[in-house]
Amino acid sequence: MTALSATLRQTWVITLRDLKHWQREPWGPVFNILFAVMMLLIFGYLFGGAIEMPGGGTYLPYLLPGVLALTMMFGIDGTMSVVTEDTKRGVTNRFRSLPMSGLAVPLGRAVADMGSSTVQLVVLMVGGLLIGWQIEGSFLAALVAVALLLWLRLVMLWLGIFLGLSLRMEGALTMVQVLVWPLGFCSSLFVSPETMPGWLGFLASWNPVSATATACRDLFGNPTGITSGLLADHAILLAVVWPAVLLAVFVPLSVRAFRRLD
Amino acid sequence: MTPTPLLARGVRKRFRDTQALDGLDLEIRPGTVHALLGPNGAGKSTAVNVFATLTRPDAGEVRVGGHDAVRHPARVRSTIGLVGQSAALDEALHGRENLVLFGRLHGLAKPDAVRRATDLLDAFGLTEAGDRKVTGYSGGMRRRLDIAAGLVTRPQILFLDEPTTGLDPRARHEVWDMVRQVVADGTTVLLTTQYLDEADQLAEMVTVLGDGRVIAEGSPSALKDDLGGDRVIITAAAPDDLGRMAEALGSAAVVDPDRLEITVEAGTTGGGAAVVDVVRSLDSAGITVDDVLLRRPTLDEVFLHLTAPETEPETQPEGAAR
Repeated sequence: MTALSATLRQTWVITLRDLKHWQREPWGPVFNILFAVMMLLIFGYLFGGAIEMPGGGTYLPYLLPGVLALTMMFGIDGTMSVVTEDTKRGVTNRFRSLPMSGLAVPLGRAVADMGSSTVQLVVLMVGGLLIGWQIEGSFLAALVAVALLLWLRLVMLWLGIFLGLSLRMEGALTMVQVLVWPLGFCSSLFVSPETMPGWLGFLASWNPVSATATACRDLFGNPTGITSGLLADHAILLAVVWPAVLLAVFVPLSVRAFRRLD
Repeated sequence: MTPTPLLARGVRKRFRDTQALDGLDLEIRPGTVHALLGPNGAGKSTAVNVFATLTRPDAGEVRVGGHDAVRHPARVRSTIGLVGQSAALDEALHGRENLVLFGRLHGLAKPDAVRRATDLLDAFGLTEAGDRKVTGYSGGMRRRLDIAAGLVTRPQILFLDEPTTGLDPRARHEVWDMVRQVVADGTTVLLTTQYLDEADQLAEMVTVLGDGRVIAEGSPSALKDDLGGDRVIITAAAPDDLGRMAEALGSAAVVDPDRLEITVEAGTTGGGAAVVDVVRSLDSAGITVDDVLLRRPTLDEVFLHLTAPETEPETQPEGAAR
């Protein structure tokens, strides 16, 4: 019990330290929000007019949950970069030389990043409502959708911590920053997998972020663009299970990577 | 009785194709500064990382403050302070906030961590800088704050991994003063360095490391004595005198014609007696000289000598070699 309370206390100290970074250097999180707004404008106004929805419906209500899920997914980049920075500076090694729990440093980072992601999400949703997006579902359903988005963010966060701790070569961060694009776009985030060539549509519908985006569209009462298949019937279940599986893998791996940095 | 701050026996560590530590033995006496001296790649940082529980050794025994570093890393962590090679500070935080952060993570309650941070800033001349972001600090200030962060919980032993690498001479002296202050307060210090004068300045004991092994150990002056004691350097008044001088001084004299210098090792007779001998021999041969200088061998000479034994094996120091 004392071990648990010590871990929680250390986690909180780390969380406050990470939050202080946002306060001192707010450009990172602010830029993340601007980036999401930019995606919204590019796809909503630049490409949106040319995009036809399978099963009918307009593009903006389809797009918005996709941009929300993309923002959560691309959060991996921010998490990984701060973890990489700490490791490069030797701050991670100093933490490791202190008599503290191996869980506290990654967990504190997780709590802080979840906080900033919640703010991001709220700003984007308000922005969406201002440009004409509508939530057709119930308030409760909308809350569940928000929870699923944060659930996705949580996975991306631990993945970012794991990659930041274990990929030590120069350029690892850039590699991840590039790879998130095909991984993010080969999904249902911007276009329905049903409009893609068969094999690509198959891959896109199995992308974990597709599950979150489709589930959110369902819950917000927006068009899903999916008419059949596993994703049409069980999107919410998949949006719960996918991140759970990934978390079960990457949380222990991250704690292990923190202890075994060598 | 306080336990030996650090005891290592036969420590080995391999990284892929390099044997970083190859049977390292080390014992540090309480309340001293002990220097690990060696070039890049000698295994100094790996040794510190093993002692600080960051790296698991492949073999061997490490006890820090009486605790086994492999079996009880958490206990070791509560007795040490680690100051790594790069200043491990949070750049976005103020100096004071950094110290409070590490103090709190060490288990201090907030008021205690704040008080300790204030004391450390005072002790190391950082009070004014304490409430500014670390980003704006000079290299020397950063290093001093970094060392202060390693002292937050009054460790039994402080590890300093190349504390003055990259600092200008003034900042170096400030760090040296700081280390002396730390030891005066009763903390044992293990420092690694590739600067020979740094070990000479600070350390009571020096362990010379090469290829992950101890190649010599002793006090700085003992290491120098093993190398033939003091040197008498005689500068000739004219180039023509060099030959006659060498003749008068006997076979031990080493002639450097470019600098018009002759060097004589004092051996076990001691520097003063050697100077008298040299002057007497030259005087009776009727030779006048420009200058006579007595100096101790530098640690550079010790080091070159120890790390290149194959070139002059006959002067391998006795008692220092392992």
